[in-house]
Amino acid sequence: MRGDSAPELRQILDEDGQLRDDAVVPDLTDDELLELFRMLKLARHYDERAIKLQRQGRMGTYSPIAGQEAGHAASAFALSGDDWILPSHRADIASRIRGLGLEFHLMYCMGMERGNRIPEDTPVFPVTLPIATQIPHAVGMAWASKYMGSDRVFMPYFGDGGTSEGDFHEGLNFAGVFDTPTVFFINNNQWAISIGPDQQTKSRTLAQKADAYGFEGVRVDGMDPLAVYQVTHEAIEKARDPPEGELRPTLIEALTYRFGPHTTSDDPSVYREDEELERWEQRDPIPRMETFLRDTGRLDAELLETIEQQVADEVNEAIDIAESVDRPEPTNMFDHTFAEPTPRLQAQREELQMLREEYGDDAFTH
Amino acid sequence: MSGTETTETTNLTLVQAVRDALHDEMARDDRVVVLGEDVGVNDGVFRATEGLYDEYGAERVIDTPLAESAIAGTAVGMAAFGLRPVAEIQFMGFIYLAFDQIVSHAARLRTRSQSSFNVPLVVRAPYGGGVHAPEHHSESTEAMFAHMPGLKVVIPSTPYDTKGLLTASIRDPDPVIFLEPKSRYRASREAVPTDSYTVPLGEAAVRREGTDVTVFAWGGMVAPTLEAAENLAEEGIDCEVVDLRTISPMDVDTIVSSFEKTGRAAVVHEAPYTAGMAAEITATIQEESLLLQEAPIERITGWDTHYPLYASEDFYRPGVTRIEHGIRNAAGF
Ligand SMILES: Cc1ncc(C[n+]2csc(CCOP(=O)(O)OP(=O)(O)O)c2C)c(N)n1
Repeated sequence: MRGDSAPELRQILDEDGQLRDDAVVPDLTDDELLELFRMLKLARHYDERAIKLQRQGRMGTYSPIAGQEAGHAASAFALSGDDWILPSHRADIASRIRGLGLEFHLMYCMGMERGNRIPEDTPVFPVTLPIATQIPHAVGMAWASKYMGSDRVFMPYFGDGGTSEGDFHEGLNFAGVFDTPTVFFINNNQWAISIGPDQQTKSRTLAQKADAYGFEGVRVDGMDPLAVYQVTHEAIEKARDPPEGELRPTLIEALTYRFGPHTTSDDPSVYREDEELERWEQRDPIPRMETFLRDTGRLDAELLETIEQQVADEVNEAIDIAESVDRPEPTNMFDHTFAEPTPRLQAQREELQMLREEYGDDAFTH
Repeated sequence: MSGTETTETTNLTLVQAVRDALHDEMARDDRVVVLGEDVGVNDGVFRATEGLYDEYGAERVIDTPLAESAIAGTAVGMAAFGLRPVAEIQFMGFIYLAFDQIVSHAARLRTRSQSSFNVPLVVRAPYGGGVHAPEHHSESTEAMFAHMPGLKVVIPSTPYDTKGLLTASIRDPDPVIFLEPKSRYRASREAVPTDSYTVPLGEAAVRREGTDVTVFAWGGMVAPTLEAAENLAEEGIDCEVVDLRTISPMDVDTIVSSFEKTGRAAVVHEAPYTAGMAAEITATIQEESLLLQEAPIERITGWDTHYPLYASEDFYRPGVTRIEHGIRNAAGF
């Protein structure tokens, strides 16, 4: 029967932030648990500020992640060393956790290529906007890395909509056939712009699609930070060192919800009901994690205040950096088409320079 | 214009004219179906399909999963089997995921089957820059499609033409790539007949008569070109502005006859310079009227680089100043 292979939903915290009866807290130190909480708070605060920047005309289109913080943050938190992530348009906090300052994402959203100039030794691939196209890249990188004898793991992020694209299926098939150390992370936020779950696929779950490719699919409460951490951690371990007879890749479906619009140019009230949103707000990952940390004596009001201050400072600083870097030199666009500019590119660069000198830069913007 | 008796009009923006054409063709012919991402309940991310879902329902206004290759490929199958699908690709920058289906199948099924099958399909996509869109949202890669035999490539610049050209595209028995300049979606309004009418494919329009230089443009470049022409008139350079409207098949007669009048030409497009449509227009003019040519033909285009993120886009996309500069070169040679 259809859906028989659907994996069950993994959870550690219930909706009120209480440990479930059978649950085991992941093997993290108190400091690590607090750091994970701080990343969730950072993501939420960043999201609020980014939306305001867009509304104030200080930044272009932005894709909010409120509701999805645990899916992005707790999964990236499970990576280590030089494990790589390949973000989609919505995974800024994961990049931050892998070492990329938030100012990079801001610069990118402000229309500046600098935001994609990833500093050396930061295992983050540039943001990929065409949906699902980074999935085969992740498989190829993992394949290359395995060939080079490394035990790094590669994790592409994408949404439920991404699982409909050919690149998803072709990428997962290759991962299975060539047994690459790849963890595919779906943030199933229920909506791919206006298309709801039932119109995207008739599979009962997204995780079970892994069955078709011969490796494991896992379904997790994507608003439970501890459970997301745990399943990702297990998938990473397996990618590095699979048990006899099992394949390295895992498909993780994190069941979550996007509270806000798809992007700052979208109006979700056209296609979804308020009460659906209210239902999902009950599962908000941040109060759940806060309750858990308070109940277990790891967090108090004073520490919470410190964390909130740190988070606000970090976001302020990122905005300051992004807004104060020099605007890109227009001729920068000629410098990165090839390693060596062709004669024609060189001539075009000179032509643009000549036009700027003759007419002034203002003449281009009016 | 043909096929209308009344003179009743409404003032529409370009994107409303898209919607109007879709609406009228769906009313007229129940083989017409619309499919794509977010075209139904959401009325399209640019509102190009506004109200269609409410009026014609989910069987004819189809919200698809997120899969461009499947959108184009199933539309090829629908078209081959008797429907008249109008597929929306949300942004032209995502059309490459459908490219194989468009060029390997939509474009050549007629040839392959010796006309025992045809593909009366329209693929609509917003294209071009000028609206501070994110990466992959601003390119103009029309030449890739113009290069493919078996495809028609239509790019309107005004609301009136949009309704007439889209109507003609839907009724056309062959596949049409219909590219909508998103910088013009809401830039102006124009009186558009409420009845259906067609603007024939493959015919250019002379937007401004002039005697000194012919300037060829289409889509999003027509408005700045007309502005440049007005400015240059004050300097004593009288431009003729030709809006190609269809870049494949190209209206060679209008291109050549306008050029023969002026003897000088400039071509304006947002796409990169190398192997862009300007090269094709230039070669055509040289074949047809070399001896009447009084100056090198100016190509005023995007650079041979990727379309930059929006902080630099004004330096990439030809604007009024660059267009004036290029035309002056052609006029002053
Ligand atoms: C190939 C491609 N088609 C269309 C788009 C336009 N688009 C941007 S985001 C989006 C929906 C994505 O939904 P999902 O994959 O579920 O990810 P989410 O945005 O919900 O995180 C669409 C259709 C795109 N970016 N790329």
